[in-house]
Amino acid sequence: MSLLSNTATLLGKELRTEFRSRELLTTTVVFILVVLILFSFAINPTSEESREFGPGLLWLAILFAASLMLQPCFLREQANDTLSSLRLAVSDPFSIFLAKLIANTLFLLLTEVLMLPLFAAFYNIPVLPQLHYLLLVLFLGSLGVSIAGTALSAISAQARMRELLLPLLLLPLLTPVLVVSATVSVSLLDREPVVQWKGIGFLAVFDLIFLTALWLFGEYLLEE
Amino acid sequence: MAKRIVLGFVAILLVIAAGYASFFVAPTERTMGDIQRIFYFHVGSAWAGMDAFFVCFLANLLYVWKRKPTYDFLGVSCAEVGLVLTTVVLITGPIWAHPVWGIWWTWDARLTSTFVLWLLYVSYLLLRSLIEEPERRALLSALFGIFAFIDVPLVFFSIRWWRTQHPSPVIMGGSGSGLDPTMSKVFFFNVLAMHVFAAFLIVERYVVEKMKHEVDLLQREAEAL
Repeated sequence: MSLLSNTATLLGKELRTEFRSRELLTTTVVFILVVLILFSFAINPTSEESREFGPGLLWLAILFAASLMLQPCFLREQANDTLSSLRLAVSDPFSIFLAKLIANTLFLLLTEVLMLPLFAAFYNIPVLPQLHYLLLVLFLGSLGVSIAGTALSAISAQARMRELLLPLLLLPLLTPVLVVSATVSVSLLDREPVVQWKGIGFLAVFDLIFLTALWLFGEYLLEE
Repeated sequence: MAKRIVLGFVAILLVIAAGYASFFVAPTERTMGDIQRIFYFHVGSAWAGMDAFFVCFLANLLYVWKRKPTYDFLGVSCAEVGLVLTTVVLITGPIWAHPVWGIWWTWDARLTSTFVLWLLYVSYLLLRSLIEEPERRALLSALFGIFAFIDVPLVFFSIRWWRTQHPSPVIMGGSGSGLDPTMSKVFFFNVLAMHVFAAFLIVERYVVEKMKHEVDLLQREAEAL
């Protein structure tokens, strides 16, 4: 039980820290917006093409934004060396990861929900009819991004050139998430929408595998 | 020392013999012609590279568990040799593909996952170069290596199921696949030769890494005095 209560307390701390300044959320929202607009300038899609490529570009923007958003996750703890206190305070270090990854998933989902209407408008893709399935894909995809990203940001925070390193470690690792979420989203937003349950299941399996890996190896990531 | 020299000799002889066999012993393939001969070297390197990465993964797990520096030396040696062999695969593949398929590259499951694998181990070595302290470097890179290796099957299946109409494998691909008996012998001889060659490189690299570690320790001692 202490895992859950510790996680809840730490999650409260993560959310309070973020909502005091809202720095991460604002920068991420603006970043995704800029990337989506630039994509549109770069390829100048027709309405058919934007249905075909739009969801993939959205996911690419989410991945890039996440690789920036996840930077401060552990770095923030270094400023006042709060990580050691956190480690001493909790009985299972997994709760530190759990709190951070839930917070990151929430931040990512929040930015995605804010971006979705703009995406629909800019790329002229109606998202409302399939919204519930789309939200499910966004949730499972963002969860995967956050699990892997939280683990790797604990690694990159301890290296030199950390700002460049995290995207280099994270983005190749997220290939499966990108491939599957983009494909599932494309077929959801098609003129004749199809729900690819196999893809949704695959995303859930990805999340589960990396969550297990984090549970098994997480404590070593935080060793002093 | 003597053992390493013998291993080196055997490895080089085997590679030369395997090259000879691929060029002069194996029959010419009916449709592709001589260009098909690169396949022996290509797939031999691919299998040896995959096995090097697998040993790297085992060394990473063992390091996290036992914390012996030797596992770290083994991990980095296997990663580097695996990366070299995978680079060979990524270069010889397009050389074969261009005349046969008419294109240098296709985003097929095996090509793409090999490329992502290559990228992940480039990141692994990059990560190592960016952490100074030896124990932290060993631990963090081992953990990244573990995450990277469990990602590989996920990459493979995500691309196989969602991206390609994928040609069935020639070897161990079920009914309808298979090689001419001489080709098969030459092929497995090449696989063996590349494995012995990889083992030789890994041993050499391991010795260098161990020496580096010792020099590092001595330097620290000298600085402490």
